[in-house]
Amino acid sequence: MTKWLEENTPKLVLAPSFIAVLIFVYGFIAWTAWVSFTRSRLLPRYDIEGLIQYERLFASPRWDTALNNLFVFGILFILIAMVLGLILAILLDQNIRTEGAIRTIYLYPMALSMIVTGTAWKWILNPGLGVEAMVRGWGFESFTFDWLVNPDMAIYTVVIAAIWQSSGFVMALFLAGLRSVDGEIIKAAQVDGIPTWRIYTAIIIPSMAPIFLSAFIVLSHLAIKSFDLVIALTGGGPGYATDLPATYMYAMAFSRGDIGQAASSAMIMMMVVFAIVVPYLYSELRSKDD
Amino acid sequence: MKSVFFGAVSATALIASAVHAEPQAEVLHWWTSGGEAKSVAVLQEEFASKGGTWTDMPVAGGGGDAAMTALRARVLSGNAPTAVQLKGPAIQEWYEEGVLADISAVAEAQGWADVLPASIAGHMKCEGTWCAAPVNVHRVDWIWANADVLEANGIEMPTTWDEFNAAADKLAAAGVIPLAHGGQAWQDATVFEAVALGILGPDGFRKAFVDLDMDTLKSDEMKAVFDQMRTMRGYVDENFSGRDWNLATAMVMNGEAAFQIMGDWAKGEFMAAGKVPGEDFLCASVPGDGFLYNVDSFAMFNVDGDDKKAGQDLLAELIVGQNFQKVFNLNKGSIPARIDVPLDEFDSCAHLSAKDMSESSDNGSLLPSYAHGMALRGAQSGAITDVVTAHFNSDMSSDEAVNMLADAVANSM
Repeated sequence: MTKWLEENTPKLVLAPSFIAVLIFVYGFIAWTAWVSFTRSRLLPRYDIEGLIQYERLFASPRWDTALNNLFVFGILFILIAMVLGLILAILLDQNIRTEGAIRTIYLYPMALSMIVTGTAWKWILNPGLGVEAMVRGWGFESFTFDWLVNPDMAIYTVVIAAIWQSSGFVMALFLAGLRSVDGEIIKAAQVDGIPTWRIYTAIIIPSMAPIFLSAFIVLSHLAIKSFDLVIALTGGGPGYATDLPATYMYAMAFSRGDIGQAASSAMIMMMVVFAIVVPYLYSELRSKDD
Repeated sequence: MKSVFFGAVSATALIASAVHAEPQAEVLHWWTSGGEAKSVAVLQEEFASKGGTWTDMPVAGGGGDAAMTALRARVLSGNAPTAVQLKGPAIQEWYEEGVLADISAVAEAQGWADVLPASIAGHMKCEGTWCAAPVNVHRVDWIWANADVLEANGIEMPTTWDEFNAAADKLAAAGVIPLAHGGQAWQDATVFEAVALGILGPDGFRKAFVDLDMDTLKSDEMKAVFDQMRTMRGYVDENFSGRDWNLATAMVMNGEAAFQIMGDWAKGEFMAAGKVPGEDFLCASVPGDGFLYNVDSFAMFNVDGDDKKAGQDLLAELIVGQNFQKVFNLNKGSIPARIDVPLDEFDSCAHLSAKDMSESSDNGSLLPSYAHGMALRGAQSGAITDVVTAHFNSDMSSDEAVNMLADAVANSM
């Protein structure tokens, strides 16, 4: 009996969470997939009707906008946050005296919820209250910075706020990565008289590849899940110019009683996530096998 | 010991309820803010004074979205509340799911058919049986104005859209924002339907937004509606995006802006600021004929047990009763749904609203508001709103907007 317990304790301990994940994650993914093939409106129905919801989804100009916004937002957000985070990390890595204080300052936005970030930036970017009004107050009467209320530019304000929120976190990740590079190699390179920028581009950054991957995965799922920031900053507006798939799904499921549409948009979102995560998992698993 | 005591008490209560069927009601609503919460408390007290037990289930947030999510969960688990704040075609949508109760007995005993305007009574019926009780009538197609600003610029309340445009141009030249507006999709839709009612007329409005007639949706008149929306876009200040409706009302109040097109909940804001209708601010229906209503109501759900059924009947009786209709609507700024409530304590705007309602009920121009979910189901009205707000917030042409409108409506079916 004790032997059996000894052998099976780990399985027993893991079982509840395993079952919970099986039902509440994978079970409900399957349920959503099923519902996305039905004509569910207010309440879920279970008669399969084929691809009708996906046809409606891709015929909807609003979904087009949402998907486009996801790509614009995702690419710019991930790219700029990583570049900015890396630059900040390298600058902080120069053995400066107040590193601790500065690191805290840059990391601080992370401590705020996206709702707070969104509300603060809404005021900063509001043409009548924020930057535009301030610069005009200084006497530059023709200065305009109306991205927040301009349907063509509004999505970039979401990018700005998201970068402000997240680049400090990326900086912390990269800083840890920089510190983990073997000091002996760097010293050897310095002895050989290699300029500092070459040390970074040829030695340190290439050896941080796993950190890049982690940062990329974290940022990309933040981008795809983005919901609260858009709701607080623009409310999806002007019009629906800053709608993202997540806000589209919310509107369909909870405001419009169109559960079928919501389910099909959720499935597309999941496929986008899979397209990013699966190659990552694949490379992880393969490198373990080697 | 304690548990034995409580057990005994609840057992007695059980016996008592089996004998008397003491009325029980669990009421799901999202009236949680100031005046609204006060109004619900009135109903609660009346219910208690008739010996009923009221279980309050307020779910605030998202303009009812959160409450609907809670309702969905309750219905799916087979444990629906007694009464739920629902309105418009959503009532029939829930009826089709087979979960609404029949309260015809109360409705007939109380003679609802005689005291409710026919088109409003229509919303309360599910395939001929009564399944919901109306609480109030909000008028949506109001235009509010700052009396001093109009007087200073020598402007009368406009009675046609051309007059409105002329007045707005004059105001803009004088440095006043002609139209206070908040750039949120539902506010864009509110202005849009007011314009549409004026330009399409009551019959055209019914064809377009109740019957979803494709020819009307694509007609030249509909293009004219979008043209007028484009003109209105020019009368809004550049900072309007995302502004809440009550901030827009405040702009009219302090004279920054001249007009606002908004339902009569805006009146509550004026009143709360101590403004007097007819002196500080003016109310009028938007140019054109007709009356767009937004009626709040309680739908009655299928429940088990005599006590709950008794509660449901009592609740329905009280909601449509004269006293509650008067007190509630005094608090909320709307007018009673039943036409025989004395309006002595109501203000002049409410009198105008009640007069117009009974006139338009007689000549068939009493119409449901599409923007507030009275005319269409969520998917269709949402599809229209998407087009309206996309047009208003971009430089889309009216031709393009009309085509998009027809496509969006077809796609939402």
